[in-house]
Amino acid sequence: MSKKKVDMNSFKEKALMMRREILETLNIAGSGHPGGSLSAVEIFIALYGYTMNHKADDPKWEERDRLIVSKGHCSPVTYVALANFGYIPKEELKTFRKFGSRLQGHVHVKVPGVEFNTGSLGHGLSVANGIALGAKMLKKDFKAYCLMGDGEIQEGSVWEAAMTSAHFKLDNVCAIVDYNKVQENGPVSEIMGLEPLSSKWSSFGWHVIEVDGHDLHELMSAFDEFDSTEGKPTVIIANTVKGKGISFMEGQHSWHGKAPNDEKLKDALAELDAEKMA
Amino acid sequence: MSNKAVPTRDGFGEELVALGKENEKIVVFSADLEDATRAEYFKFKYPERFFNLGIAEQDVVGTAAGMSMQGFIPFVCSFAVFMTNRAYDMLRLDVCYNNTNVKVVCSHGGVTVGPDGASAQCLEDFAIMRVLPNIQVICPADTLEAAKATRWMAGMQGPVYMRTSRAPFPIVTKEDVPFEIGKATVLREGGDVTLVGCGLMVYESLQAAEMLKKDGIDARVLNMHTIKPIDEAAIIAAAKETGAIVTSEEHQIYGGLGSAVAEAVVRNNPVPMEMVAVPDLFGETGTPEELLVKYHLKDVDIAEAARKAVKRKK
Repeated sequence: MSKKKVDMNSFKEKALMMRREILETLNIAGSGHPGGSLSAVEIFIALYGYTMNHKADDPKWEERDRLIVSKGHCSPVTYVALANFGYIPKEELKTFRKFGSRLQGHVHVKVPGVEFNTGSLGHGLSVANGIALGAKMLKKDFKAYCLMGDGEIQEGSVWEAAMTSAHFKLDNVCAIVDYNKVQENGPVSEIMGLEPLSSKWSSFGWHVIEVDGHDLHELMSAFDEFDSTEGKPTVIIANTVKGKGISFMEGQHSWHGKAPNDEKLKDALAELDAEKMA
Repeated sequence: MSNKAVPTRDGFGEELVALGKENEKIVVFSADLEDATRAEYFKFKYPERFFNLGIAEQDVVGTAAGMSMQGFIPFVCSFAVFMTNRAYDMLRLDVCYNNTNVKVVCSHGGVTVGPDGASAQCLEDFAIMRVLPNIQVICPADTLEAAKATRWMAGMQGPVYMRTSRAPFPIVTKEDVPFEIGKATVLREGGDVTLVGCGLMVYESLQAAEMLKKDGIDARVLNMHTIKPIDEAAIIAAAKETGAIVTSEEHQIYGGLGSAVAEAVVRNNPVPMEMVAVPDLFGETGTPEELLVKYHLKDVDIAEAARKAVKRKK
């Protein structure tokens, strides 16, 4: 299936821009989740910039592909992505987590482009299945994407849903696991290991694709592979780095749910500027 | 009042089939208890719109929520205890917080579940469901009312929880009286005390009212089929006009119908109240009748509570 042409340089610029905006947004908010937002930047660019059919000026367009952001705490990257792809004004990012704002602390449907309120983990895949099952009954071609965290899939409900996707042969479901290896209180492998993760999903009847979740080429070709996979659901295991792009945040669970103060923001933005110059 | 007794799950199951014929957007999800909940009537007729997702209540609720977003009207069915307790976080987030058009209809409410014992006898669903925003909570008095409530919920937008019964309940409502959400019906007029019940306790309250005649107590009986939104107007009228209220329910004494009525009474017009309910205990194995007797959920218990309430007046 032919996809829209992409300008890789603009995607890379967008990634840097989004990382900057995520950190600025969190700094103004004074709380929120940088680690799992920074890890998912390229995933969002590949989704909104490449694979998903969607219309920013018509967020409820019936034929659109649906994205369920099951890891609802990664609202910073979600809202920043929606701002970068034309759904909300960038200026509104300053209201994140503030009283009266549409930009609720966890992902919320008040924000155009958001399909489902989340924030309690392990819900999204069932909802995506329901959307996909409905699409099949209506003989519609749209797809249901579900972004999950790695810690999130410790929830048993994820595996109930994983059985349903395979049982009903929901080849219009694409799960993405942001496998950044770190959860709130430490490394996933130490808290409740997921390995062997690929074979877990494949033994549940899924088509599994492992990628470098910061490599846009790999992500885009994984989404193409999902498009051409028939008879079973697809999971993309995106190997990522928690806090990606900011040296002092990378791999640090302490940056799971903490906003950078002014000083840390300055340091972080300096790193992004240096990368832009390189 | 006819002598016929029918489980309220039957009225639900039969009406669901009728609705399925009229509206192809109706779909049904089961956690492998469609036989017990009577959702299987629908399965036999419309298998392409019926989904047994296995013993996975959490997934049932989430999937139904997702499907409702495509314009479908999903009914989700299991035992009340498994659905409301096991899948509570999904009911809270996927159904109530997202305000999705999911109808949660669960059988096996109360101690009249009988021999299965405490693990299957749901005694906390009114409390934990009515505390969630956006959802309305119903417990029909008989099979006729269950059918009417089923039709009503299919025609409105938004989440509903309805508890049905395994045990047969005598018919106490009339075919031609419409079901109105949040509107209690007066089944018996009276001026000395009001007996407010839901489910089987409506029948037991009517029996109790007959017993109270001998004591010279003239009891009003209210069928409070909707626990949320509670009919404040009917409760205020009862408090003002009869001066005493007795609630009864197959539910824990904390948080259910009695609490909902008490909230309305103390806010508006405090009068003596007694509550007939399960006193902070789990159920056990037995016949429905044995358990109703043991947990003091019989007409005699309601009558005794009414005498107490009347004595406390003035």
